Amino acid sequence: MKRLFALWYARNLEFVRDRASLSWNLAFPLLLIFGFAFAFGNGQPDQYRVGVISQPIAKIADKDSFTNFSEIKHIEFISYDNQKSALEKLKQHQLDLVIAPSIDKYWINQQSAKGYLIEKILLSEVKSPIQQGQVDSEPIRYVDWVLPGVIGMNMMFSGLFGIGYVIVRYRKNGVLKRLKATPLSSLEFISAQILSRLFIQLSTSLFIAVSCIHILDLKMNGSYLLLFLMMFCGSLSLISVGLMMASRSSSEEFAGGILNLVSWPMMFLSGVWFSIDNAHPALQTLAQLLPLTHLVSGLRDIMLESANLTTLLPNIFTLLLITSCCIAISAYRFSWGEQ
Amino acid sequence: MSKIILAANNLVKRYDDVCAVDNLSFEIIEGECFGLLGPNGAGKSTTIEILENVISADGGEVLFYGKAIDDRFAQSIGIQFQSTALQDYLTVSDTLRLFRALYDNPVPTEQLVEDCALEELLNRDNRKLSGGQRQRLLLALALINDPKLVFLDEPTTGLDPQARRNFWQLITRQKQAGKTILLTTHYMDEAQILCDRVAIVEQGKIIAVGAPDELLLEHLPGMMIRLPSSAINHCQLPHLNFEFKQDSAQLISDDVNQTIAELLNHEVDLTGLTINAPTLEDLFIHLTGHQLRE
Repeated sequence: MKRLFALWYARNLEFVRDRASLSWNLAFPLLLIFGFAFAFGNGQPDQYRVGVISQPIAKIADKDSFTNFSEIKHIEFISYDNQKSALEKLKQHQLDLVIAPSIDKYWINQQSAKGYLIEKILLSEVKSPIQQGQVDSEPIRYVDWVLPGVIGMNMMFSGLFGIGYVIVRYRKNGVLKRLKATPLSSLEFISAQILSRLFIQLSTSLFIAVSCIHILDLKMNGSYLLLFLMMFCGSLSLISVGLMMASRSSSEEFAGGILNLVSWPMMFLSGVWFSIDNAHPALQTLAQLLPLTHLVSGLRDIMLESANLTTLLPNIFTLLLITSCCIAISAYRFSWGEQ
Repeated sequence: MSKIILAANNLVKRYDDVCAVDNLSFEIIEGECFGLLGPNGAGKSTTIEILENVISADGGEVLFYGKAIDDRFAQSIGIQFQSTALQDYLTVSDTLRLFRALYDNPVPTEQLVEDCALEELLNRDNRKLSGGQRQRLLLALALINDPKLVFLDEPTTGLDPQARRNFWQLITRQKQAGKTILLTTHYMDEAQILCDRVAIVEQGKIIAVGAPDELLLEHLPGMMIRLPSSAINHCQLPHLNFEFKQDSAQLISDDVNQTIAELLNHEVDLTGLTINAPTLEDLFIHLTGHQLRE
C-alpha cells in the first residue's frame, strides 16, 4: 500500500506541475461549454426533428393524410419502435413532434416553441382529423444537453491519452524498466496509475460540471452522488481502455494512432454532440459497445431526467464489464520493457 | 574465507541470429568491485540485465548466495542502468521520496544526500540536472535500499573528465563501506582504478578474468615500449619482435635497458619513444587483436 500511494502521489505531482496539461484539461471543456452557451444558449440548432412511431419513414407518405407533411423540407424524420422512447425524447426536447400515422395521432411538448410551430405546419398539411397528445417538461437548451457529452468527451481524452500515452512514454524512455528493477509489482504499478488518473479525472470533471451548472445555470435535476458514481464508473472504463491500448507498445506514434482510432469513433458515435437515433442500426449497435455511449447516456439521464440508480444500472453494469475485460487483457499483456 | 555473493553459470542470451551472451560464467566475491569490460556491443549490458533479473536468459542460471534468485532479490540489490529517464516534473527530493517508499528498509534520505553529494540539488527538477548530477541521483537510487550488491552499468559514459573523477570517488567510498559492486565499462582506466577483478568480454564470451595486475603480469609481463613505425621501418631488428599498430610499433620488454641499447646499436631514431606499464587497454588489444572502440 505504501508503494502504491507513493507512486500515486508522484504521478499526481507530475500532472499538477505540468501546467500546460493541467490548464488544457480544465480550460478546453470549459471553453467548449461557454462557446456552446453563447452560440446555442437560446435553443437547438435549426431543423425540426419528428419522431415516427411504429412505421418505417419511407411509408409515411403512403398514408394519404400524411403525404403532404412528409414532403416538407427541413424536417428530419426519425423512426421509433415504441411510443415510450419517442415520447421520452419529446420530453427531453430532442424531438419537436411525435407522430403515429397508423392511429392518426401526434404529440407535442407544451413547453417547446418549435413544437408549437411544427404543430401548426402539421395541422395545415394533414387533411383528415388527427388526435392530439401532449407531454409537458421544461425546455432543455442544447447547452444543457451537450454538457454531459462534453464532460464525457473530456474524460475520454484524459483517460485514453492521460494514461495510455504516459505509460508508453515511460516504457520508451526507461522509467518503467527502472521501476521494474525495484520490488514494485506490475499490479501495484497499474493500480497506482489507475487510481491517480481516476482521482485527477474525477476532480477535474466535477469541477467542470459544478462550474458550468452554477455559472451558466445549466440543468442538474438529479443527484450529485449518482453523478459522481457515473463519472467514477465511466472514468474507470475509459482508463482501462487506455491501459489496454498501452499495455505493450513502446512507440508513441503507434500508441497515438491507436488511441485516435479508438477515441474519434467514440466522439461521433456516443452521442456527445448529437443524438444518433437516426443513424444506421449497425452504427447504433456499435455505439452500444463503446464506454463513452454509456457514460454520456448515464450523465444525461442524471442531469436532465433525474434518473435513479435502478435506471442507471444497465449503463453502470456495461461500464464495469468493459473495465473488467480491459484490465484483464492489460494484466495479461502488460510489458515493462520495449518489445 | 571469501564468500561468493553472485554466480553466473553458463548464461546464454540470443536475439534472433545474434548470440549476445555465449555460455558465460563467472563469480563475484562479497565486498569486491568486479568489472565487466569490453567494447560496445560485447554483451556486457545484456549480461548485467540478466544478473539483475530484468531480462531472462535463454540458458544457464544465476545464483545469489548460492540460491536461485527469488522475489526478495530486488530488495537486496541496487541498480544503475546505462540509460534511464526519471519522471518529468519531479524534483530530486520527490524522486528520492518515491523510490524510498518502494523498499522495505530504505536508507535515511540525509545519508543518501551526503553519500552522493546531492545537497544542492534537492529542489531541482529532474529535467534540469546535468549529466554528472543525474548520475549521482541515479547512484543514490541504486543505494536507496542499502543493497548488498550494486550493479552499475556504464555509469560514467558521456560524463566530462571532472565529473567522471568525482563519480569514481563516490564509488570508491561505497567500496570502502563494504558494498559489492558489479561495474560494466568500456573505459579501461576506470576499471583499472575501481575494480578488484575484471572479466574481459568479447562477442558475448569471457576471454580473461582476474585481478587487473595479475592479468597484465600473466599476459603482458614487462614494460610497453612504443615508437613511431617510421623509425624502425627500414631497420633489421632480429631480436626485437615489434608489433605494428597503425602509425606506431610496440613491444613488451622485460629488460628495458637492454632493449634501448639494442635500438641504439641499430641506430634507431628514438624521437617519439614512450615507455609505459601496460594498461588494460593494451591487454584487451593483445587478447583480441583490435582496439576497444573499433
